[in-house]
Amino acid sequence: MRINSVVCIKQVPDTTQVRIDPDSGSLIRQGIPSVINPYDLYALEAALKVRDSHGGTITALSMGPPQADEALRKVLGYGIDRAVLLSDRAFAGADTLATTYTLSAAIRKIAGELIAAGGAGVDMVFCGKQSIDGDTGQVGPGLARRLDLSQVTYVCSLLEVAAETRTVRAWRQREDGRELLEARLPVAVTITEACNPIRYAALPDLLRAAKAPVEVWSAADLEVEPDRLGLKGSPTRVSKVFAPPARERGETLSGPDRPPNEIAAALFDKLAERGLTIGGSRG
Amino acid sequence: MNGSQVHPAGGDGKRRPAPSRFGAIVVGGGPAGLAATYTLAGAGVDVACLERGDWCGSKNMMGGLIFSQPTAKVFPNFWHEAPLERHVTRRDMWLATGDSAMKVSFESTDFGAEPYNSFTVYRSRFDKWLSRRAAEAGAWMIPETLVESLLWEDGRVVGVRTGRPGGDLEADVVIIAEGVNHFLAEAAGLAAGPPKAETMALAVKEVLALPRDRIEDRFDLDRGAGAAIEIIGETTGGLPGTGFIYTNRDTISVGVGVLLDSLVGSTREAYSLLDNFKQQPQVRRLIQGAGLREYSAHLIPEGGYRYMPRLFGDGVLVAGDAAGMVNAINSEGANLALLSGQMAAQTVLSCREEGRFDAAALGRYRTMLENSLVLKDLRKYSSATNFLSSHQHLFGLYPELLASLAREFLTVDNMSKADKERLLARLFRSQVPVRSLIKDFYQAWRDLK
Ligand SMILES: Cc1cc2nc3c(=O)[nH]c(=O)nc-3n(C[C@@H](O)[C@H](O)[C@H](O)COP(=O)(O)OP(=O)(O)OC[C@H]3O[C@@H](n4cnc5c(N)ncnc54)[C@H](O)[C@@H]3O)c2cc1C
Ligand SMILES: Cc1cc2nc3c(=O)[nH]c(=O)nc-3n(C[C@H](O)[C@H](O)[C@H](O)COP(=O)(O)OP(=O)(O)OC[C@H]3O[C@@H](n4cnc5c(N)ncnc54)[C@H](O)[C@@H]3O)c2cc1C
Repeated sequence: MRINSVVCIKQVPDTTQVRIDPDSGSLIRQGIPSVINPYDLYALEAALKVRDSHGGTITALSMGPPQADEALRKVLGYGIDRAVLLSDRAFAGADTLATTYTLSAAIRKIAGELIAAGGAGVDMVFCGKQSIDGDTGQVGPGLARRLDLSQVTYVCSLLEVAAETRTVRAWRQREDGRELLEARLPVAVTITEACNPIRYAALPDLLRAAKAPVEVWSAADLEVEPDRLGLKGSPTRVSKVFAPPARERGETLSGPDRPPNEIAAALFDKLAERGLTIGGSRG
Repeated sequence: MNGSQVHPAGGDGKRRPAPSRFGAIVVGGGPAGLAATYTLAGAGVDVACLERGDWCGSKNMMGGLIFSQPTAKVFPNFWHEAPLERHVTRRDMWLATGDSAMKVSFESTDFGAEPYNSFTVYRSRFDKWLSRRAAEAGAWMIPETLVESLLWEDGRVVGVRTGRPGGDLEADVVIIAEGVNHFLAEAAGLAAGPPKAETMALAVKEVLALPRDRIEDRFDLDRGAGAAIEIIGETTGGLPGTGFIYTNRDTISVGVGVLLDSLVGSTREAYSLLDNFKQQPQVRRLIQGAGLREYSAHLIPEGGYRYMPRLFGDGVLVAGDAAGMVNAINSEGANLALLSGQMAAQTVLSCREEGRFDAAALGRYRTMLENSLVLKDLRKYSSATNFLSSHQHLFGLYPELLASLAREFLTVDNMSKADKERLLARLFRSQVPVRSLIKDFYQAWRDLK
């Protein structure tokens, strides 16, 4: 059985380079380079693995400004079949409710096109476990709800598709351990960094990607109600944004004016003070 | 796709399968490689450009100035669209000591109007723009891909090997535009070995943030205009090299470049030279209060004409820094890279008419370069780097001397002018014996004329 997948890709500011405005507490996004949300690349690899063993198609889907085209173009280089960017002023300012509304409308349309081409619709929706900027982790489950999919979140390894029974089995990360779950297709999964990192793309795929189009859909291309899009369709209000207090820095014992043996002795004393030494004593 | 659009940004929008053999492969997406790629794609040749960085420009830096007219020869009217920082209307040359500076400044309003003279740029943005133009012209742009070696057949280059799965690519001709560390030119048998330390300069640079209008006030510039300052003397701790300051839109680039050989022979570290430079009082005033944004370092091949590799072989051409095409005296490299890349492409186009890509056919590249300013200028200054490294004292002594003469001359004290002139003459002779002065000037005239 061939499996058709959609992988949701979010372009995010490279948070390793983001600074926080001390007055407003909000992110200073200006001039910060954009990257693909790192977990989404684990999701893409998981989807590629499924396609490797079962065939089928992979469509990458992103909602964002026109520049998010870059993220999709990069993703095309991994040899996927299609890339769709949802870009429209009407989509801007979306919270997770409006985001999942818009993404799910697009996934329905993609499924419709697959069926029209003689396929079986969308079998699997892959998301990252969360975005590194919004961080809610709600989009995957939200899509499952809206599209009436079963769901497995925080997948940490082993994503096995049994084509005959139309089920998937996956290990799910919990705070206190892992659990093995089985779910029926069609399914939405969210993928963690414990899964395989993205592969090294093959040159023929990169060559194909260099000439492949990124399709851009606006609100007019989707069956959606305008009032449920973007800021208008987002009931969430941010009441306060604040930066968490900076973690206190540890104490550093360092040279070069102190000889290493003195530093080591001072370290030992500090550990001993806290009862962290095992047997013995200095010197 | 009912009314939806297709984003053209990454390509020419035409879905076309890659050919099994390309007309040309370009290694390196800097100015040389991108000029070659753009020219070939524009002429309808199937060309692939391979760049090891995340995107073209991601690994590239320079001072520096993009000179307008040579760039426009490849990308006409680029100033309407390209991401440029400021058009430079003033170029200054300082002779500096630890506490003083003698400044020569040239400023012209023509430099502020089309076709302009030069622009400051961020290479990370400028090269990215060039690569987009090449993609729009129809090239296969392949980033994040390192070319590891060349493919050979019967003693001629027939393609490249990358580290990727399915990573071999064949072509009629390979244009090597890999920049200063020319591993592939060496592998092609065109360069005798890695570039030598005595032919290389190391540049270290910081980008410092300062609001746009403060830059304009501080550097005395019209809105949008920029300044380029080159500084000789104490700035490089007496080593042969120069310091530079360039104004971008809301940042300033400051840096020093020194001959690698002299750095290796001294006890100084490159970053300490830059710190030293930033402490020089006249420099410090210009950069005061500007916060650090970026730090980078890059090599510049300054050996010039004599140290250039062979420029062509069977199935292969070399352009830009990989071919050692830098005019160190005028800090020009990107323009020579663009022009040589364009000429490499034109060579390929004319060889395609005959269907021959052996060394004999590709040799017209050299003739084309000889007849252009690229080799004319490089030949003119062929002894420049030799002169600079064998006359290291010029970088310390003369600026120091000129500054002390100027100081004496301009200090109004209680000495009569006649006594002052005698003092100046004595000061001068005590520092530089007349014979060595004549010798330096003669050699400078001979090597730099
Ligand atoms: C500075 C800032 C201000 C914000 N302000 C508001 C606000 O005022 N009101 C509000 O409700 N929300 C606000 N948000 C959050 C909102 O914009 C979310 O970013 C968005 O709804 C997606 O949620 P998430 O980022 O938490 O995604 P998550 O649910 O954490 O993402 C999980 C996965 O879902 C997929 N995914 C997520 N977003 C997309 C997308 N756009 N396209 C394709 N796939 C996607 C990816 O696979 C991702 O790995 C703000 C976020 C930031 C950073
Ligand atoms: C501090 C500084 C100041 C300068 N100032 C000026 C100035 O003011 N004006 C001026 O005209 N010039 C200036 N130059 C010189 C100018 O930057 C260079 O001459 C110019 O960049 C050369 O272009 P290029 O395309 O030959 O090489 P590069 O710009 O170095 O590009 C080579 C490209 O090839 C890629 N590459 C290398 N090896 C491989 C491989 N094996 N596979 C795939 N890709 C590869 C690299 O990542 C790089 O992108 C300055 C240089 C420096 C360092």
